[in-house]
Amino acid sequence: MKAFTTLDGLVVPIDRSNVDTDAIIPKQFLKSIRRTGFGPNLFDAWRYLDEGQPEQDNSKRPLNPDFVLNQPRYQGAQVLLARENFGCGSSREHAPWALDDYGIRALVAPSFADIFYNNCFKNGVLPIVLPADVVEGLFRELGGSPGYRLRIDLAAQTVTTPSGATHGFSVDEFRKYCLLNGLDEIGLTLRHADEIRAYEARRAQREPWIFGGAA
Amino acid sequence: MNPLSLYEKLWQAHVVREEPDGTALIYIDRHLVHEVTSPQAFEGLRLARRELWRRDSILATADHNTPTTNQTVIADPVSRLQVSTLDQNCREYHITEFPMGDHRQGIVHVIGPEQGATLPGMTVVCGDSHTSTHGAFAALAMGIGTSEVEHVMATQTLLSRKSKTMLVQVEGSLPRGVTAKDVALAIIGHIGTAGGTGHAIEFAGSAIRGLSMEGRMTLCNMAIEAGARAGMVAVDETTIQYLQGRPFAPHGDQWDAAVAYWRTLHSDEGAHFDRVVKLDASGIEPLVTWGTSPEMVTTVGGCVPDPAAETDPTRREGMERALRYMALQPGMPITDIAIDKVFIGSCTNSRIEDLRAAAAVVRGRKVAANVKLALVVPGSGLVKAEAEAEGLDKVFIEAGFEWRNPGCSMCLGMNDDRLSPGERCASTSNRNFEGRQGAGSRTHLVSPQMAAAAAVVGHFADVRSFLN
Ligand code: SF4
Repeated sequence: MKAFTTLDGLVVPIDRSNVDTDAIIPKQFLKSIRRTGFGPNLFDAWRYLDEGQPEQDNSKRPLNPDFVLNQPRYQGAQVLLARENFGCGSSREHAPWALDDYGIRALVAPSFADIFYNNCFKNGVLPIVLPADVVEGLFRELGGSPGYRLRIDLAAQTVTTPSGATHGFSVDEFRKYCLLNGLDEIGLTLRHADEIRAYEARRAQREPWIFGGAA
Repeated sequence: MNPLSLYEKLWQAHVVREEPDGTALIYIDRHLVHEVTSPQAFEGLRLARRELWRRDSILATADHNTPTTNQTVIADPVSRLQVSTLDQNCREYHITEFPMGDHRQGIVHVIGPEQGATLPGMTVVCGDSHTSTHGAFAALAMGIGTSEVEHVMATQTLLSRKSKTMLVQVEGSLPRGVTAKDVALAIIGHIGTAGGTGHAIEFAGSAIRGLSMEGRMTLCNMAIEAGARAGMVAVDETTIQYLQGRPFAPHGDQWDAAVAYWRTLHSDEGAHFDRVVKLDASGIEPLVTWGTSPEMVTTVGGCVPDPAAETDPTRREGMERALRYMALQPGMPITDIAIDKVFIGSCTNSRIEDLRAAAAVVRGRKVAANVKLALVVPGSGLVKAEAEAEGLDKVFIEAGFEWRNPGCSMCLGMNDDRLSPGERCASTSNRNFEGRQGAGSRTHLVSPQMAAAAAVVGHFADVRSFLN
């Protein structure tokens, strides 16, 4: 996994609550058997005026000029500023894959849906929860200042605005450690293989019916 | 001893190790796999040269892409490759799979319980958010992402943290014409789609105990629509009776031992919950969603709400956007909303009881002339066969419905079953998001009975006036 340490990135706002993963990456792109290449279809239904299909040349499609990702001031954005319950709905990891492929490395919102939040960490994308009034303030500041950036420091757990205001955020120690070091979680877990086997043996004693397939 | 909630019992029974920060490795008993969220996980295993930890924990099926008409071949090459990739991976890793065409194939959340592959006391995961369905069996069941699918394949464990707990208590008896789907929508309407975020929900109370396993599955299925990764119901006689004799369920002496253990799977008297929500069953009415989030819901006798009455600006804008998308006017009676299509199916409402309930409304009636397509898609091959043995297929076909083969179908339209832009559907599925059933599609979530009633009159109608 890619490590995440610090980021000084241009911010793009998605100003609506309950943005679901169907909106982040629509179903037709889930037919891919790969992990990469979803960036051009991030927010596909909002971003383009036509209906996108997998394996299409997206550069020829008509863009929706009203959608933020198409506005010149947000080109190259690496931080996505969002509203509450971002990433709700389907568990599709294609959502963080699409965000990452597009170039988004961090998200800031008052809340995220659980599965999406989890999926971000597995892909080197940092979801940051800040209080609703702070997020509201960021939306306001950003509105009036083109080129608005945020500085994010994972080790210090801070987000700093252009005016120098710093907001702390919380993150689980273990997730932080994995993300800072870009660690492979499976490799880490397999260091405890003996413990898993010992647990399994206890369960097999107590609930033997869990093991083995159909009778 | 401290009284424990059902969730705490399930959690404690599965912790392999715990880090000081609360991150835990929890053991996974059952892993359900489908074609959409698994190919990258198998690929990851291969690239890292890792083995499957325990293949007998896995049950796989193809459901999202499978056609509901001709099930011998998939026309779309991209879908076809995804399904054949699953078949190949299952062959390579010797995994039990019910592939397309197998009489047991179906929606992963229908076939797990149907096979007895979901048992009380288990941890159940699947790369699919509606895995919460399996909590109906007092299992700790959660949707996971593809990286986690790979993690479970390689280690049989999941890195997780203990959730907060929420008790949703529904007391009393449900009025006639009111179903588990309406209970689910009522709860979501009450707590909101983010109301359960960070929580595991236990559904309890006399109204829940009165539900069949099918009804409990419908309810737990929708827990994720309330933001909760897991929903669950305690074990009782209904649970045990449902499981007896199913292929993957224990038999003989093991059955007795299992039942004795399963009977302990309920919250202890006085168990602590971080949040308690109470609902009166007798006050719940048939519900219809009007917007683009399951919390945007009202009674069939109600009207489309007016955003002007909403004080929170973000919510108001959300409502306005939803009404524009849905092409609805504030104040419009729900029963004035005419529909183009009807979909009875999905992991929420495609089990035998759902089909029976819809058929009871449809029997002897005809699909209204303005309804272009009314689909019934059974959740599995076995549900389909059971329905046909009862003659339900004929009831639907005579009324003008199409009787299809099992799969996810128009719930998300990864196969050919989709709405066209602007089309409006009465759907028994679980998500009314923008574009969910096809680009530009307009979805209204309802119970199977309500979908059937809408089909025969061509607009939403109170199903209670059909039952007497
Ligand atoms: S029926 Fe719908 S919600 Fe259920 S698993 Fe299939 S696509 Fe997902």
